[in-house]
Amino acid sequence: MSESSAVSNALSAEPETAPEARESAPAVRAEPATKSNEKSGKRWSVRPRLVDPERRAAVVGTRQAVLVVDNVSVSFDGFKAITDLTLILDKGELRCLIGPNGAGKTTLMDIITGKTKPDSGTVFMPHDARDLTQLKEYEIAALGICRKFQRPTVFAGHTVYENMELALTGPKGVWNSLFSRLNAEQKRTIEQILEQIGLHEHAAVRAGQLSHGQKQWLEIGMLLAQDPKVLLVDEPIAGMTHQETERTAELLKSLAGERTVVVVEHDMEFVRSIAQRVTVLHEGKVLAEGDIDSVQSNPRVVEVYLGEPRT
Amino acid sequence: MKAEPAVGLRALHDKSGWIALAIVSLVLCVLVPVLSLAVPASSPLHLPDYLVALFGKFLCYGIVALAIDLIWGFTGILSLGHGVFFALGGYAMGMYLMLSIGAQGVYKSVLPDFMVFLDWHELPWFWRGFDYLGVALIAALVVPGLLAFVFGYFAFRSRIRGVYFSIITQALTFALMLLFFRNETGFGGNNGLTDFKSLYGYNLHEPSTKVGLYVLSALGLLVTYLLCRYIVTSKAGRVLRAIRDAESRAMFVGFNPTTYKLFAWTLSAVLCGLAGALYVPQVGIINPGEMQPANSIEMGIWVAVGGRATLFGAVLGAFLVNGLRSFFTAAMPNAWLYVLGSLFIAVTLFFPDGVAGALGRLKRKS
Repeated sequence: MSESSAVSNALSAEPETAPEARESAPAVRAEPATKSNEKSGKRWSVRPRLVDPERRAAVVGTRQAVLVVDNVSVSFDGFKAITDLTLILDKGELRCLIGPNGAGKTTLMDIITGKTKPDSGTVFMPHDARDLTQLKEYEIAALGICRKFQRPTVFAGHTVYENMELALTGPKGVWNSLFSRLNAEQKRTIEQILEQIGLHEHAAVRAGQLSHGQKQWLEIGMLLAQDPKVLLVDEPIAGMTHQETERTAELLKSLAGERTVVVVEHDMEFVRSIAQRVTVLHEGKVLAEGDIDSVQSNPRVVEVYLGEPRT
Repeated sequence: MKAEPAVGLRALHDKSGWIALAIVSLVLCVLVPVLSLAVPASSPLHLPDYLVALFGKFLCYGIVALAIDLIWGFTGILSLGHGVFFALGGYAMGMYLMLSIGAQGVYKSVLPDFMVFLDWHELPWFWRGFDYLGVALIAALVVPGLLAFVFGYFAFRSRIRGVYFSIITQALTFALMLLFFRNETGFGGNNGLTDFKSLYGYNLHEPSTKVGLYVLSALGLLVTYLLCRYIVTSKAGRVLRAIRDAESRAMFVGFNPTTYKLFAWTLSAVLCGLAGALYVPQVGIINPGEMQPANSIEMGIWVAVGGRATLFGAVLGAFLVNGLRSFFTAAMPNAWLYVLGSLFIAVTLFFPDGVAGALGRLKRKS
């Protein structure tokens, strides 16, 4: 009984077709990725829900890690999107993930946030024994791992203020929502974040009427309202004007330190302007890791970016 | 600091909203009864009994429209099976009315006539307790709620949505209609329950009882409206709209859509049960015809015509469509279905946000 219900739970946790598609097909709403996962049949085998403490200690070592992706692989219909990938994120760092199209950046984000279940490997937070790949999306969000999608997905029909209210950390049950009122402290938090993202004058505006850049900031603000430990930001400056890009760089830099920020970005100039540490992905593996200069002078990185003709 | 006004938490109503609500309530709850009972029958202002009963019916439909608006307009789940919840509420009340006929029926038996006709000698177990009004009223709310909860639990957990969900609700109401058509099911089969005499000792044919039922329906509509209004202006209402507009985003900010949908869905069914229970004593009959798939679709049309996600629009739509229906089925019986169809097409093409939306635009222009 418990086994079968665990399986059906896992099935119901199957990510729905979400508005944000993976890199290869950004405009397609329905995505086949999850289907291939089902086909592999692996979800029927019962995986341990906890990560072995010795393994955790061995991977983390002496680092001040906040999130660990340990030896993860996933393939879609035979295509290996991620192969034996290990990534350790330290507390308070600002990490940039770069790599050519199809390198597996977005898939990696999907795995961390529970949208895609990997074929093997674990994701965990060192202070916690749970394997995040076994949790549902909203459970992972509740652990303080938040994601900003490539396309801004705010609640367009809600005002900026309402968007912030919904995103605010706290109990999320029906009963609570029916009777809860914002207390003074929560209002202060919202004010403060709106100030930080520069939207305090637009609190009463419907989010759908904001400019593209403002929507991106609002979404970052919504993530901040969840008081995240780890902030995953997917291509934050796509479609932004030069000024908006500068503001975004400032914003992201101001966020690191307190929180761990991971930015996926193509634009090398932007990466140079914000990054402390850069990880280069290529064909589902980590190709190089280090500060921006060492990465840019790494011959293998140069080869991947310049050697092969890519469009 | 100026950005803090009633942005996050809108009040239940602003001042003009409360005034409008008070006026409508007064007209419905006071003016109609006065015109019916206090004004002499000879006066042109007198409201005849049949109109009171008709208005009472409309009020019940108004409750149904609110229930559908809650789940469709605000949560984005189109149910084409709400007739089944309405009918179940009606049946619960009908069972009480049936048993309170006592031995005054055609066959002079304490059993309902159809049971005598079927040669049954005692009440089936599921009829026990329905000689108490309280039991019947509770059943009228709990039975539809329970059915909706179980149905919704499996449907939402399996992430069935959109048109697939709508089709399954059609199947649900159709299946239950077939079940209730059978004599052996024990609810009077084809004929349903009818020939009611009295409700809690009050003669159902007395004008004063009719007005009383009418006022109860008006109060039911008012309470339902305030309840729905409270929900949609609360944070829970904003979560429901968030789920409607961007479900995966709502999930990523930490809400579990399944429980929210289940809440709205079950509450919606309970409200329909209430409407059914108020409806049956006023029309004097409940039969499986209420569960016809077409009936449930028409309920959806009321809300579409009135305007989704506005609450008052839904009630307006229910009144409007049923008013037209009463007129056309009397004046041009054959034309009604054409009128209904063209109305639906016209609204979809020209007023996608319904009458309420059109009124809103008019107001903003002036």
